[in-house]
Amino acid sequence: MQTAMSDDRTQIFSRIKTALAPLPQRAALPNYARELPICRAHPEFSELWELFSHKAKQVNGTPLVGLATLGSWLHEKKQTHGYCDRALAERLRAMPEFEGITLETEFDRGRFDDFAFGITLAAGVIAETGSLILKDESTSARLGALAPWTHAAIVDPATIYPDTVTALENLGSDPSVIWATGPSKTADVEGILIEGVHGPGVQIVCLDA
Amino acid sequence: MQPKTFQKIDRFARDLPAEVHATVYDGSKSTSEKRYDVLWRDFPETADVLRETAGQIKQHTLEHLDQYLEQAEKSLTANGAQVHFAGDGDRANQIALELMQKHGAKKLVKSKSMVTEETHLVPFLEKNGIECVETDLGEFIVQIDNDHPSHIVKPIMHKNRRQIARSFEREGLGAYNDDPETITRRARVHLRKKYFEADVAVTGANFVSAESGRIVLVTNEGNARFCMAATKLHIAIVGIEKLVPRDKDLGLFLNLIGRSGTGQQLTVYTQFIAGPKRAEQPDGPEEMHVIFVDNKRTDVLASECREILRCIRCGACLNVCPVYRQASGHAYRSVYPGPVGAVLSPLLAADKFPELADLPKASSLCGACNEVCPVNIPIPDLLLRLRDKGKREGAKNAAAGTPPMGMYAMMASQPSAWKAAMKIGYAVNVTPQAMMNVVPAAQAWTSVRQLPKWRGGKFRDWMKKKESE
Ligand code: SF4
Repeated sequence: MQTAMSDDRTQIFSRIKTALAPLPQRAALPNYARELPICRAHPEFSELWELFSHKAKQVNGTPLVGLATLGSWLHEKKQTHGYCDRALAERLRAMPEFEGITLETEFDRGRFDDFAFGITLAAGVIAETGSLILKDESTSARLGALAPWTHAAIVDPATIYPDTVTALENLGSDPSVIWATGPSKTADVEGILIEGVHGPGVQIVCLDA
Repeated sequence: MQPKTFQKIDRFARDLPAEVHATVYDGSKSTSEKRYDVLWRDFPETADVLRETAGQIKQHTLEHLDQYLEQAEKSLTANGAQVHFAGDGDRANQIALELMQKHGAKKLVKSKSMVTEETHLVPFLEKNGIECVETDLGEFIVQIDNDHPSHIVKPIMHKNRRQIARSFEREGLGAYNDDPETITRRARVHLRKKYFEADVAVTGANFVSAESGRIVLVTNEGNARFCMAATKLHIAIVGIEKLVPRDKDLGLFLNLIGRSGTGQQLTVYTQFIAGPKRAEQPDGPEEMHVIFVDNKRTDVLASECREILRCIRCGACLNVCPVYRQASGHAYRSVYPGPVGAVLSPLLAADKFPELADLPKASSLCGACNEVCPVNIPIPDLLLRLRDKGKREGAKNAAAGTPPMGMYAMMASQPSAWKAAMKIGYAVNVTPQAMMNVVPAAQAWTSVRQLPKWRGGKFRDWMKKKESE
């Protein structure tokens, strides 16, 4: 297999070189302004969080402010059993709004249906698009942020990136960076929008103010 | 009576059930309108600058592909991924199978990837005892129906909810129910089990950054993310043209692909994958492999249609195309339908080019595909180049439906013959249409068109009078 593969490699490279050799000149890499892909067509907001909330709501995301609000939201929706990042669990359990809510700190894939929600730590959010950023480094369990119907990502106010360009400049060295923009969705059946296909049907971003 | 010289695609359009035609027409039209509204709302002055710049970046990458491919290989390896090269589809399938066998993998979950449609990966693996499950809802439905995708972004654009409900019932996924929400929930429950049982995830890649070796995957359903959370082995099968030079360039492409494909500012899940999971992370692949596939792409690169390799598979040219809207995707008889397919499919077919040589003619050259393309591919120009290639190579399909021009060429080059013909032309005015239909070559035109009244030859008279004045 090894030799056959390196043959394929050699062949592909030589075929590319042969294909390109007759070109009298090669197209240059264009210079373009850093700001070119940034969308500015939105109302003015004084705070980036406000812009984020505006954009997140456009894609049916659920922005919340304060962990207490999250506790009340879960009670209101009768979602009282879920997964929670170990780093947050103690703090939440001590809050009156989380009384009566069971937080498990291991996501057991054998019981994936038992978790109504998953609470994880976001690596940041992107205001321009209403996206939340998840990285392996900050997300305690990929499945905890994906399998339950409700995903709540807790975001530190210091990690609100203004736009996709800045977020790209801050990908860092993490092997898995995810931008999630609203709940999982499909329009495969007659173009009708349905949320919660494989991933969360509710995507909460909760500002830890 | 149907004219014998109908093109193949005309026959598909004619025979398309009215129900399917309506579904495809409405689906493509509404997506196209949404694309226009969102792109120009968000970039009222620069939408075209974005498209042109993205096109230049891709063209530059293609014209330095050896350089960027080598750089990508280095970056991927540095990220801890293992890189493989496959000259053709069979090699790619073989490499994937060997990797799975080495890991004792029996079950795979797969997210949407057009290149694996080209290589027929799933039937190959199934023959070799691997259970394969497509996880994109549309692809899943295509799979249980033993069908083919009819669109590169919306694979089941040709199916309505009643057909889908019947398929679900047949597959034992619940009693007949054609409510789209119920259909989606049933798929969620069914596929969830499949993710957790699977040993391996197969994905494509929308982009690969040569600079960082990051593989970028975009989905709306989150299925690729689920594949990458539940399994331990990740194999990405990637066409060699998917490269972009730098992470910075992804800003342009990501902002264009969602808006162009589905009228979204960003797709819901955008994943940047740089190697296997971190050690502390409990979920996700411990090993990552990338198989770069040529499968005739270097032939396309050598051709005068290399611009088509810029394509980022957004589907915008399909949605806007008047021919696609009438004929639907299966009419293109290949993996890639629509305007992009009319260029790419005959080229990728290589020796079988003559069989698909009619596709470049399935266009009115209206130019809409070029206008919407996020990488500004001059599709109409490429179609003309391929028509020329078809004619030069004497491909029979390239001539179907075109009246022979030999007689016209003779007359147009001999003034006396031309003058005589102008006189005879008046005979057409008194010839019944039915009589003209006897000439097969004329049939293709006259059976669906009314000839205007013949008024030829007047220009010369007018010119003579002008000169003598
Ligand atoms: S050719 Fe252009 S418009 Fe058509 S699918 Fe490719 S990128 Fe999209």
